[in-house]
Amino acid sequence: MRREVPLFITFFIGMLLIFSVFIPPMESLGEDFTVFFDIIAVFAFFLGGGNLLRVHVSKLTRQKRDWQYSIVTLLGFAVTLVIGLFKIGNPGGIAAAPTAAGSLFQEIFDYCLVPLGATMYSLLAFFVASASYRAFRAKNREATILLIAAFIILLGRTPFGTVVTGWIPESFDVLQVPNLAVWIMNAPNLAGQRAIMIGIGLGVVSMSLRVILGIERTYLGEDKS
Amino acid sequence: MKRTTVLVMVGAIVIFGISWVLKSMSLTSTTDHYIAKGFAITFAAFLTLCIFSFLYKDNPFYKFAEHLFVGVSAAFWMSMGFWSTIVGNLIPRVSETLSNYFKVPYHPESYNPFYFLPVFLGILLLLRLSRKVGWVSRWPLAFIVGTTAGFNFIRYLRSDFIEQVSATFVPLLVDWQGIGHFFSNLSLSSTGQFVAMLSNWVIFFGVLCGIIYFFFSKEHKGVFGGASKIGIWILMITFGASFGYTVMGRISLLVGRITFLFKDWLSLIS
Amino acid sequence: MFYPGPLVALVDIGRTISLVIIGGGLLWLFIRALKGKEVDRRVIFLFIFIAVATPILFPITFGEKATRVVKAVYDKIESLPAGSTVIISFDFDPAMAPEVQPMANAITRHCLVKGHKIIFMSLFATGQALLTQTLRDVVETEFPDKKEEVDYVNLGYKAGNEGVLNVIISDFKKMFPTDVNNIPYDSIPALDDVSSCKDVDLIVSIGGGKPGVKEWVLFVGDPGRVPVACGVAAVVAPQMYPYYPKQLLGLLGGIKGAAEYESELIHNYPRFKDVDTPGLRMMGPQTLAHMVIITFILIGNLSFFIKKRKDRQ
Repeated sequence: MRREVPLFITFFIGMLLIFSVFIPPMESLGEDFTVFFDIIAVFAFFLGGGNLLRVHVSKLTRQKRDWQYSIVTLLGFAVTLVIGLFKIGNPGGIAAAPTAAGSLFQEIFDYCLVPLGATMYSLLAFFVASASYRAFRAKNREATILLIAAFIILLGRTPFGTVVTGWIPESFDVLQVPNLAVWIMNAPNLAGQRAIMIGIGLGVVSMSLRVILGIERTYLGEDKS
Repeated sequence: MKRTTVLVMVGAIVIFGISWVLKSMSLTSTTDHYIAKGFAITFAAFLTLCIFSFLYKDNPFYKFAEHLFVGVSAAFWMSMGFWSTIVGNLIPRVSETLSNYFKVPYHPESYNPFYFLPVFLGILLLLRLSRKVGWVSRWPLAFIVGTTAGFNFIRYLRSDFIEQVSATFVPLLVDWQGIGHFFSNLSLSSTGQFVAMLSNWVIFFGVLCGIIYFFFSKEHKGVFGGASKIGIWILMITFGASFGYTVMGRISLLVGRITFLFKDWLSLIS
Repeated sequence: MFYPGPLVALVDIGRTISLVIIGGGLLWLFIRALKGKEVDRRVIFLFIFIAVATPILFPITFGEKATRVVKAVYDKIESLPAGSTVIISFDFDPAMAPEVQPMANAITRHCLVKGHKIIFMSLFATGQALLTQTLRDVVETEFPDKKEEVDYVNLGYKAGNEGVLNVIISDFKKMFPTDVNNIPYDSIPALDDVSSCKDVDLIVSIGGGKPGVKEWVLFVGDPGRVPVACGVAAVVAPQMYPYYPKQLLGLLGGIKGAAEYESELIHNYPRFKDVDTPGLRMMGPQTLAHMVIITFILIGNLSFFIKKRKDRQ
């Protein structure tokens, strides 16, 4: 029951979705099972929320390090969840979209989630700059190639690149930094990314097959018994 | 808590209180809900600065913002998932009463008892939170893994393997009208024949050498080693390009946040 | 940005002073590097802040010319006959929004001015809230004559990532029985001729994460032979090039892509001359920040080579 049933489910659903691509009468069945997948995905969100609750309640009750901040997490979670699930402060009531313009849920998004999410990632601008100064060195041939490519792209993606190399005649215009940046993206970058993509593609295909055929079982975890 | 920390906190609260008042006053002519709007903008600015404070060093303000982000974010995704997919896709197929309650259109012909299956599997997934019967969550997990494997097997094979290999076989001679014509029109124009040919040579041999670099079943020496070396160079250019683009992306995010502070909060720019 | 008369001089002075501060600071950094002295990371942070903040306060603007990859998207939307159906999918979150929302806004403007019907949707929960912003700031403000459910429809978000796409490639209604306002699929005039993704004329995915452009190409574009274009965050733009031009007809990469698109739109449609163009506006700070980072790299390497030579001696 603990291993055989999951292995059968994986095999059955994997095969069904593969065959539904090739056998038109199975297409509708494949769609239904895909909608099932989408619905289960929402339960996975609930599982995430439940886990968050468990971790922070435990941190709070046991007064672990920085437990005070768990109150912030739990309060933010509870307030947003209640407003979101009950559509509190939604001008259109229960029938309207949860993110209807002017709704409290949308306001939480605009004035809480947006500044938090966007600023969190914008911090990376500072760290990238710091890394450029401290760690981006032409230590060997490979690092030098990487550095030159980055240099051309950085310069070429700004109007300054045109100012610096705009004097180069038309018959040599690929040497103008913006054009060189475009060429790098369209030729060497494309080649490198494609080589990586083909490698990953083959990896995904073989892993999918291993999972469907039950050769790969790590996702089931280990039985403690 | 240290005395300095408390003082900084009190200072921050006072400053943002003043900012709230000033912001509300500046909004009186634009909206009826100027006090709420003033609070919202000031609070957003406060959160922005809380996160930026990490640049100095880790501190309670940053931790506050970080923990708030986790809680709000999780609840946001849960609420959206519930309304969009549970209410939007599941309820109209399983229950008329619930459809009427949530005010979603219900058609008797769309009733499908099979849709109780994902509900059953979803409940099993939630049992993962239990230590005793947590093992049953493997069933829905197997469903998720099987579905993903089924999706990816065909799609990746087609788009990321077959299509990519096919797109790599590009003509190595572009607009070829003989060697004399080629040399008499040789130029480094970005739209010229030479650059077009060079691009195709780089694409074809670059992909080949890149793949050779990732092939570890044969020792990288001789011709194979040379090709592998070229492969590394191509990959280095790729990573350099990615770095350049990453810098661009991160700076854009910073511009967005600073614009918010200067424009929406401080009204320094119009 | 418009400044009244006396402010122009003030802006010029502010800009000059700031540039002198940045230039002087970099020179100081260079001298320290030559001496082999370390610099606190917070000083570097301050440089980046000034380099970004200065052109926001005292704007520096540049003209942009659309590159081939961007022009391909513009030309496709331009060449579609009025009444064509375009899907614009908001597959991003607030962390990507400053970069990609300007693209979404510009493409929405372009589609509406051309008279195309737009199907808005999202594979990110946060995308639906960002979509509300675009509807509020662009569609309802600039195109008050356009009616929801007739000229455009908001289908909103569905959970399931590529699972959503795997269904709408063959049956839109099964995944979206209603729009976000709970209007049944069959009662939405904008969806009259659309039963699956194969019936739309163009798909534009705006994103930068997973699910996003890649999933649209893999699950809809390739199997359904539907043209897919994209606007992506700069971080993932290089990864999309292998799909161009066969599987992806064009792409807008990062804020530069947005600026190029906005520029092309303003050039061809003067009615958009006065609308907010964040892409073009952000190119000033972008340029200055790039220059500062390039200088950092140069100074860092110079000090590295000087140290290396000293060590050898």
